[in-house]
Amino acid sequence: MRMNLFQESLLGTALVLALCGPSFAQITPTKYDEDQRLNMESHVGNLSGHASAAKADYRRYCVGCHGDIGDGNGENAPYLDPKPRNFTLAQFKCRSTPTGTLPTDEDLYNTIARGLDRSVMPPWNTFTKQQRADLVAYVKHFSPKWTTEKPGIPIVIPSEPEVTADRVKGGQVLFQKLECWKCHGVEGKANGPSADTLTDDQNHPILPYNFTEGARFKCGSSDADLFKIFMTGLDGTPMPSFADNVKPEEAWELVFYLRTLQPKNDFNAREKAIAKQLGLKPIDPNVPLPAPPAAAAPSGQE
Amino acid sequence: MKTEYGFKIAALLSGGVLVVLAAAMLGQKVDAAPASGGSISGTIKLDGTPPHQKPIDMSKEPSCAAIHKDKPITTEGVVTSASGGLANVVVYVSQGLTGNEASEISSEPASITQKGCQYIPHVVVLDAGQHMKVINDDQTSHNIHPQPVKNSEWNKSQPPGAPPFDVTWANEEIAVPVKCNIHPWMHGYIAVVKGPYGISDDSGSFSLNLPPGSYTLTAWQEVYGAQTQAVTVAAGKPATANFTFKAK
Repeated sequence: MRMNLFQESLLGTALVLALCGPSFAQITPTKYDEDQRLNMESHVGNLSGHASAAKADYRRYCVGCHGDIGDGNGENAPYLDPKPRNFTLAQFKCRSTPTGTLPTDEDLYNTIARGLDRSVMPPWNTFTKQQRADLVAYVKHFSPKWTTEKPGIPIVIPSEPEVTADRVKGGQVLFQKLECWKCHGVEGKANGPSADTLTDDQNHPILPYNFTEGARFKCGSSDADLFKIFMTGLDGTPMPSFADNVKPEEAWELVFYLRTLQPKNDFNAREKAIAKQLGLKPIDPNVPLPAPPAAAAPSGQE
Repeated sequence: MKTEYGFKIAALLSGGVLVVLAAAMLGQKVDAAPASGGSISGTIKLDGTPPHQKPIDMSKEPSCAAIHKDKPITTEGVVTSASGGLANVVVYVSQGLTGNEASEISSEPASITQKGCQYIPHVVVLDAGQHMKVINDDQTSHNIHPQPVKNSEWNKSQPPGAPPFDVTWANEEIAVPVKCNIHPWMHGYIAVVKGPYGISDDSGSFSLNLPPGSYTLTAWQEVYGAQTQAVTVAAGKPATANFTFKAK
C-alpha cells in the first residue's frame, strides 16, 4: 500500500513522538539547537578557534564517524569498535582535568593532533594548527554543557623525579595496593579477574590497556601522559581516577613501575634497566603487602 | 530454599518490630515538624509474586565472598517482605512544592557504603545540593562509577582504608545508576530529588514531612517505574498515601 504525503508525515510525527517519550529523559540534540552555538570559540595558546570556520572540515573528515549532529552515529559507526565519541554528552577520555569535569581546549586540541591509540581515530596532524583549533570549537558546539560549565582545573603534575630502584619498587607496591591488576593483570597483560566483564558507558565490552603491547597509551606516550591517565581517569570507561588516594610523588613511582611492564621502547630504557638489575618479578596478589611505614598509618582503616 | 527461609524469618521479625517502630517514627516525625507542619506516611506493596532474585557469585572477590558465606546474596531489584511490603521505593513530591523547601536541605549528609561488595543502602535518596558520603568498608578496592544523565558523570577509585569522600548532585534525577566496574554485580541507585523525600523500609513503610497543602506524590521503584498520587496534608493531621505496584 502506498501512503500519501500526509499519511507519511503523520507516521513520521508519531514515530518522532514515540522516540521522544519519557523514557528518553535525556535532552535530544537537534541540529537547530547546535546551530545556535556556532559562535563557540576555543583558545589554545595564542590561537583562537571558531566553530563556524570548521564546518567544511568537519563535514569532510569527521562526519562519517561522528555524525551530522555529533552524536557518534555517523554512517561508519556500526562497523567501529571502540565507537566514535558522542560529542553531545561532552564527556572525554583524555583530559588533564579531574574526573567529571570538562577537558580544556588544549586537551581536545591534543587529542585531534595525536589521535587515539587502539581506535580508528588517526592523528590529524595534516591539519594546520588553526584548523585544529577551529575543530575544537566545533566539537564543543555540539553540547550545551560548554555554555553552562567551565572546564575543570588541570591537575598539578610536579616535575618528574629521577628513576630509582626504590621508586620502581614503590610503584610495584602501589600496583598491588591499588589493585590495578584486577583489570590489567599481574603482568599488565590485560587479563586480570575483572577484565572480561568490563563495559563502557554504552554497555559495549571494553578491554583494559595491555601494557605488554607497544609504547603508546590511549592518551599519549609520555610519562606525564601516563600520570594524567590514572590521576584523572578515562571518563566513560571503567578506568577510575586515583587522584584522591595517590600523592603526586607516588604517581611518579607508579609511572616508573608501569614502564617496566612495557616491552623495550623509546621511553623506558631506565626503567627496564632497573627492573633487570632488581630481577623484578610480577606481583603475587596472594602475598600480603609489606606493612606501611608508621607515618602512613593514620590513613588506614579504623 | 535456605535463602528464602532466611528472608521469611527476617521479614517476619521486621514485620513484628515494624508496628512499634512505625509508631515510634511517626511520633518522632510529628514532633520534629514545625508547629504548622504535617506529615505523610504509608505503605508500599507489591501485588503478585515477586520476581526471582538471582544469587550473586562473589568467588572472584574472596574477601567479600567470605562475608556472605553463611547467607548468600541475591540481586536486589525487587525486595519484598513476607506481607508484600516493597522496600527501596523512593517517595517524593512531584507537584505542589512552593519552592521554599530548597532552604530546608538537610545538613545531615546522606551516605552510600560499599560493604561486602554491595551498596548499602541499595537505593540512596537525597536532595539536590545535599552532601553525600561515599564510604568503602571493604578490604578490597572499589571504583564508584555513577552514570547520570542530568548530572556530571565521574568515576573514582577507593582503595581499602581510603577515607570517605564527599559529593553533591546539582540536578534532580531519579535515579542515577551506580556501579563498580571491578565487581560487575554491584548495582545501586542514587535518587536526587528536590524537596522532602522518603524511602520505604524493609516492610514497605515510608514517611515524609510536608507543610499543609495539596501535593502530588511520586513513588519510584527501579524495576516497576513511577506511580503518582494526589494527597492533601492538613496541619497537625497526618495524611496517608499507600501505593501498590503490580508484579510483571
